[in-house]
Amino acid sequence: MENPDVMSDPQSHEALIDRLGTDLVPVRRLLPPWLRTAGWLLVVVALAVGLLMHYGADPMLRRWAATPDLAWAGIGAVITAVCAAWAAFALGVPGRRAAWAWLPLPGALLWVGASGLGCLRTWIAPGTELAGVHQSADCLLFIISFSVPLSALLIVLLRRACPLRPVLTAVLIGLASAAASASLLEICHSFDAAATDLLTHALAVVVVVAANAAMGGRLLSRT
Amino acid sequence: MSQVLTATGFMGLDSGLSLRTSLDQTVPADITMANDSESPGQRRAAWMAAAQAGDRRAYEKLLADSVALVRATARRHGVTQDYLDDVVQETLITVHRVRHTYDPTRSYDAWLTAIASRRAIDALRSRGRRDSRELHDDYALDQHPDADDASAAAESGQRAQRLHEAIAELPPGQREAVEQLGLRERSLSEAAELTGRNTGALKVNLHRALKALRERFHGEP
Repeated sequence: MENPDVMSDPQSHEALIDRLGTDLVPVRRLLPPWLRTAGWLLVVVALAVGLLMHYGADPMLRRWAATPDLAWAGIGAVITAVCAAWAAFALGVPGRRAAWAWLPLPGALLWVGASGLGCLRTWIAPGTELAGVHQSADCLLFIISFSVPLSALLIVLLRRACPLRPVLTAVLIGLASAAASASLLEICHSFDAAATDLLTHALAVVVVVAANAAMGGRLLSRT
Repeated sequence: MSQVLTATGFMGLDSGLSLRTSLDQTVPADITMANDSESPGQRRAAWMAAAQAGDRRAYEKLLADSVALVRATARRHGVTQDYLDDVVQETLITVHRVRHTYDPTRSYDAWLTAIASRRAIDALRSRGRRDSRELHDDYALDQHPDADDASAAAESGQRAQRLHEAIAELPPGQREAVEQLGLRERSLSEAAELTGRNTGALKVNLHRALKALRERFHGEP
C-alpha cells in the first residue's frame, strides 16, 4: 500500500477491543502443566493397577530378575511417557520454551538402548523363549489399542490449552501414549524381547507417533 | 460471581482482596494499585490477572497496551506495514479465546509475544500462498505489463492516494464497510464479528460508500 498511515487504523482496534471487553467473562485458569500431567498419569496408573490385578506382578518380576536389561527398558518407557506428557502440556501454554520437547530424550534413549540389548539375546542366550510372529502381532495390537484412548485423552486435555506448535505437540502426545502403552505391556508380556518383538514395538510406536503427527495438527489447532 | 481464583505470585493477598471488592463495586481497584514502582510488564501481568477474573476496564487497558507489543513482534518477523493491523486483530482475538492459559506468576509479555509470533507467521504464510498464486497467473501478469515503468507507478500511486483520501472522508460506518470488506477482503460474517454490526448494515454501508466514491471520481474532471 502506498500510504501506510491510512491503512493503520487505531479506530478498528478500538472497536475490536471494545467488543472483546463486552464479551469478557471470568475464566477458570488452566492448572500448571505438571498437575495436568499428573492427572493423565493417574489414568495410566489405574490401567496398570487393573492389569496387575489380572496378571499379578510375579511373571513381570521374574522376567526382570532374569533379564535386567528388560527392566531397564521398562523403566525407560515409563520415564519417556512421563516426560513426553509433561513436555506436551508445557508446550500447550504460550510462551514456554520449545526446548521442552527435548525432555523425553534421555528416557527414550534408555528405552531404545535397553531394548536394543534385548535384541542381542538371540545370540547371547539362545535358550530363552522367543516371540513368534503371532505373539508379535498381539503386541502390536496391544500397544495401538491402548495408545488410541490415551492419545485421545491427551488431545482432549490439550485442546483446552493453546498448543502453538500443534505438530510438535502431537508428536509428543504420540510418544507419551506409545511409551505408556509399552510400559503397560511389560506387565502382561509373556516372553523375552527378541529381534521380531523389538521390531513390532518399534513399528507400533512409529505408527502411534506418525498417526498423531498426521492428525494432530488438525485436531489441536483450534487456536 | 463465584471466585475460584486465588491471588498468586507477586499480587499477594491484599491485591487479591482488592480484586474481589473491585468486582463487586465495579471500581477497578487493581488499576489504581498499578503504582509507579511496577514495570510496564508487571502492570500488564496484573491487568491480565484481573481480566481473568472478569475486570473489563483492566482488560481493555491491557489490550490497548498490547497493540504496540504485537506490532513490534510482527515487524520483527518481517510482516509488512499493510498486514500489521491484521496480525494485531488476529492476535487480540486469539488472546481473548485463550486468556485462561495465562499464568499470572509468569511473564505476560512472553505469553503475548508467543501468540503474536504465531499469528505473524500465519499471516506471512497465507500471504506467501496468495503471492505464489498471483505470480503464476498469466492474466495478472498481462494486466500489469508496465510494473517497472516509473511514471506509471507514480501515477497509480497518486490514484491510490486519492482513493485512500476519499475513503478516509466517508462517514465512519461506510468507511468501516469499505475497509473491512473491500480493502481487507474479509467475508461479511468476519467483518460483522469484528465491527459488531450486522451483515445487512455492512452491505448497505458498502453499497452507499461505493456509490459515493463512484460519484466523486466520475464527477471529477
